[in-house]
Amino acid sequence: MTATLTAPAKARTGPVPAPVRRARRRNAALGLLAWISGILFFLPVAWMALTSLHSEPDAATNPPSLGAPLTLDGYREFFGAGGGNSPWPPLINSMTASVVSTLLVLLLAFPAAYALSIRPVRKWRDVLFFFLSTKMLPVVAGLLPIYLFAKNTGMLDNIWLLVILYTSMNLPIAVWMMQSFLAEVPISVIEAAQIDGARLPTILARVIAPITGPGMAATALICFIFSWNEMLFAQVLTGVVAQTAPVFLTGFITSQGLFLAKVCAASLAISLPVLAAGFAAQDKLVQGLSLGAVK
Amino acid sequence: MSAPPAAAAPPAASAQDPQPPPAAKRPALRAWATRAPLMPALVFLIVVTQLPFAATLVTSLFDWNSLHPDDRHFTGFDNYSTVLADAEVRESVVTTAVLTAVVVLVSIVIGLLLALLLDRSFKGRGIVRTMLIAPFLIVPVAAALLWKHVLYNPEYGLFNGLLNWLAGLVGIDDPVQPEWVTDMPLLAVQMSLIWQWTPFMMLILLAGLQSRPLDLIEAARLDGAGNWQIFRYLTLPHLRRYLELGALLGSIYIVQNFDAVFTITKGGLGTANLPYTIYETFYNAHEYGEASATGVLVVIGSIVIATFALRVVSSLFSEEVSRS
Amino acid sequence: MRSQSRKPARAFVAVAVAGSLLAACSGAGGGSSDDKSINVLMVNNPQMADLQKLTAKHFTKKTGIKVNFTVLPENEVRDKISQDFSNQAGQYDVATISNYEAPIYAKNDWLHALDPYIEKDKKFEAKDILTPMQVSLSGEDGKTYGTPFYGESSFLMYRKDIFAEQGLKMPAKPTWQEVADLAAEVEGAQKGMAGICLRGLPGWGELIAPLTSVVNTMGGTWFDENWEAKLDSPEFTKATKFYVDLVREHGEAGAAQSGYAECLNNMTQGKAAMWYDATAGAGSLEETKSPVKGKIGYVPAPVDKTKSSGWLYTWAWAMQKASGNADSAWKFISWASGKEYEELVGKEIGWANVPAGKRASTYENPEYQKAAKSFYKVTHDAIDQADPRNPGVQKRPAPGIQFVGIPEFTDLGTKVSQEISAAIAGRQSVESALEKSQKLAEKVGEEYQ
Repeated sequence: MTATLTAPAKARTGPVPAPVRRARRRNAALGLLAWISGILFFLPVAWMALTSLHSEPDAATNPPSLGAPLTLDGYREFFGAGGGNSPWPPLINSMTASVVSTLLVLLLAFPAAYALSIRPVRKWRDVLFFFLSTKMLPVVAGLLPIYLFAKNTGMLDNIWLLVILYTSMNLPIAVWMMQSFLAEVPISVIEAAQIDGARLPTILARVIAPITGPGMAATALICFIFSWNEMLFAQVLTGVVAQTAPVFLTGFITSQGLFLAKVCAASLAISLPVLAAGFAAQDKLVQGLSLGAVK
Repeated sequence: MSAPPAAAAPPAASAQDPQPPPAAKRPALRAWATRAPLMPALVFLIVVTQLPFAATLVTSLFDWNSLHPDDRHFTGFDNYSTVLADAEVRESVVTTAVLTAVVVLVSIVIGLLLALLLDRSFKGRGIVRTMLIAPFLIVPVAAALLWKHVLYNPEYGLFNGLLNWLAGLVGIDDPVQPEWVTDMPLLAVQMSLIWQWTPFMMLILLAGLQSRPLDLIEAARLDGAGNWQIFRYLTLPHLRRYLELGALLGSIYIVQNFDAVFTITKGGLGTANLPYTIYETFYNAHEYGEASATGVLVVIGSIVIATFALRVVSSLFSEEVSRS
Repeated sequence: MRSQSRKPARAFVAVAVAGSLLAACSGAGGGSSDDKSINVLMVNNPQMADLQKLTAKHFTKKTGIKVNFTVLPENEVRDKISQDFSNQAGQYDVATISNYEAPIYAKNDWLHALDPYIEKDKKFEAKDILTPMQVSLSGEDGKTYGTPFYGESSFLMYRKDIFAEQGLKMPAKPTWQEVADLAAEVEGAQKGMAGICLRGLPGWGELIAPLTSVVNTMGGTWFDENWEAKLDSPEFTKATKFYVDLVREHGEAGAAQSGYAECLNNMTQGKAAMWYDATAGAGSLEETKSPVKGKIGYVPAPVDKTKSSGWLYTWAWAMQKASGNADSAWKFISWASGKEYEELVGKEIGWANVPAGKRASTYENPEYQKAAKSFYKVTHDAIDQADPRNPGVQKRPAPGIQFVGIPEFTDLGTKVSQEISAAIAGRQSVESALEKSQKLAEKVGEEYQ
């Protein structure tokens, strides 16, 4: 918006040719368009945040009441003030499952990606395709055997089972992304280092890590987000002890009376870790998703 | 496969023939040393994803309803014929295809437009980008609840609230108040998913745009190429990989979508997709055998489609992205 | 046919177990409970939310038994309970099941019979439990498999103030035709007010419940004595058309997506003049914070060919056979479904919120009578008159008023509800919805013929 105002002001400093002026006007218009679309996409989130701070009757008016007094009641209720379960154990469970599975994914995916790019095994494309093809299995179809297995081995309601499943859920994508990042590391650089007598750990730390760093960060962030969001496994395989945040959210809504403010508060609170991580790492995400092609 | 324009093609691959190993004395051992780093991930994935599938395969041959525990017996391929004759399963195949195609295509198109907008410099670009990625960072169940209750609700949802408010501004007393989920159930589910996935597509495509070789574009501009020509002959071919990446990742996740259908429509009004249908057969009808048979068929179907898509259509697995 | 019975084939379970790589980590965690704590899985209805609030301060303090609650919405909780109980996974010692599940689960030997505990527990006063409730929670063997937490029938709720304003009169025992006429007249009495709120949300526990009670009173049934499906019979069609037309013409906005919760909201917010639903709704409408408190009148469920038409439903506590904690679990069940607990709720939360509908003594309690004066008599009568064995004009092959008491009904009911919900949304005609439904029902009926 500011761009619209400043551009003509600058223009007055000297005679500006018509095409440049037109280009500037176009730029300003496109900037404005970007702002409008940004606001449109953000509107539901903003509305969620605002509603979460309203009282229940104010949250359910038509037309909407923008300026209603603010209250933290929705959040108080979410954090157990109403006598419900505390959200902390589920939040901690979600955090454990997401963080540990993400670390495991990186640990397993990196060597695999290495074997598929830097020193590729034969038919590496088929292997890569196999990895990806496991993502196409409908998750629901595997649920029953996994459930029976967990029941028979006493692993029901155990957060470590979710860690294992989330690792397998994200591993294919991680291998795939990392393969493309590693593929961008020029072999000549590695060979030069080898000639200089550098051993593998040194090469990994000095040569490969700096080039693939943003890619790793993006991969980790995406694994974290998908693990945090997962609900089907969590709903079927957890119970009292290992319940995760999304499952807690579904149970939090009761059928009594109005609940919009409560839903908004709970939804926002549960999305907060992902929102924070995503906002903080968005540059890394853009760089990382460029498949290592950033020069 | 048609070769992409030369401008975007990276140097030809050397992956087909890996560098001759420095110590090629014992090739077998050497090959295993190359394979070793791959093994942990491969074994892990086979154990966790393939074994359950094998069990699903076995289950699909049984007549097994958990509510009739004393009556579990082998039926051969009966479940398969039941599933194949089931109109509901056929409908859900169509629903899944439509849902996935619409969401992926629309979010890619909008994502591309947004990425193009964001690829220019303007005041507050960082803020706009942050606002745009927010929908992707909302937990899907939370997003589905938000759309169902807070936005779509015909009595007190934001959409009808806004309609009412806008109509009030121009002096209309009784504006239309659509019943979003009832009147357009599949579209309602699609809209919420498009809202969530457009930011993801935008991020991928923005990454693609920012990795464009600028010197080439500069050169083309000096040669008198217009904006549209640059976009058509330079940018778009360069973006092809990224468009395909977005389509692939989007399809993988949206084909499997469960949260949105489950929360917004409970599979009613013709919105039941395959994951939801299988879930219902498992956990509502408790027909373990039939559900497993459906699962097996879906797996076979998606492998066929995926093989076709990845091998034939996509450049992701083809020569020009291999090791350079 | 489900006649053939063989030894359970364990081969494929073994396949699942074969992934023994993971077995090494077993034993850690898990939902195991010990003497001093029990795991309870329950539906997230308001009455349960109150229970959760009161447990730690009262039950745990007195007995030292910690109660770990898992609360989920109705659909999810049913999925989870059936999964846990049918596999006898034993994650939960106690769960809320209904009179639909109780006989089915009992037959499959998934539940503890509660009679030995009831006999020993003097304070429980089993005789105080209303007979229809007690009967509906018994198995074929006559043993008791659940104790009710709260029970309900159905009735018609209407806005007395609006009816008075409009000069309308609600008959003491309305027929469905009278209700439809009233709905047409009262509609729009206030801005955006629907004539009547009726469930249209898919789900055998949602739309199917009120619809089936209308079908019953108009002479229809799901199955006749010989398990012939009757969904395309003239009576069933007439009742469904009546229901669909009524809710389409004078019902709430977004009817195809409105269930119990949405209608309760509509009624509370003054968006509906009448509401035909569970008697448990009255407690929420009359609670202290409700804006329509004291403005609601209650009359018996509307009828057509039968004398009464209320349904019978109860959320009850049942103990999983695989539970290793039966004694502690019983202590909890006895406390939660006891008289004392009702008094506790009355004092701490409000007498209108008492989980009623299960004990005769509740209806004799003067404080409850005072708080629930507008609806306690109608509720009590409705529950008393409900007859799960004989709810319509013809004989039935299985018990149940607003459901058919067979395991296949969860799936059948859900699928049929989706067809009828689509008819309410105007996406297909009632005839074509019922035609498809009839086919589904025939398939189920064949298994029993």
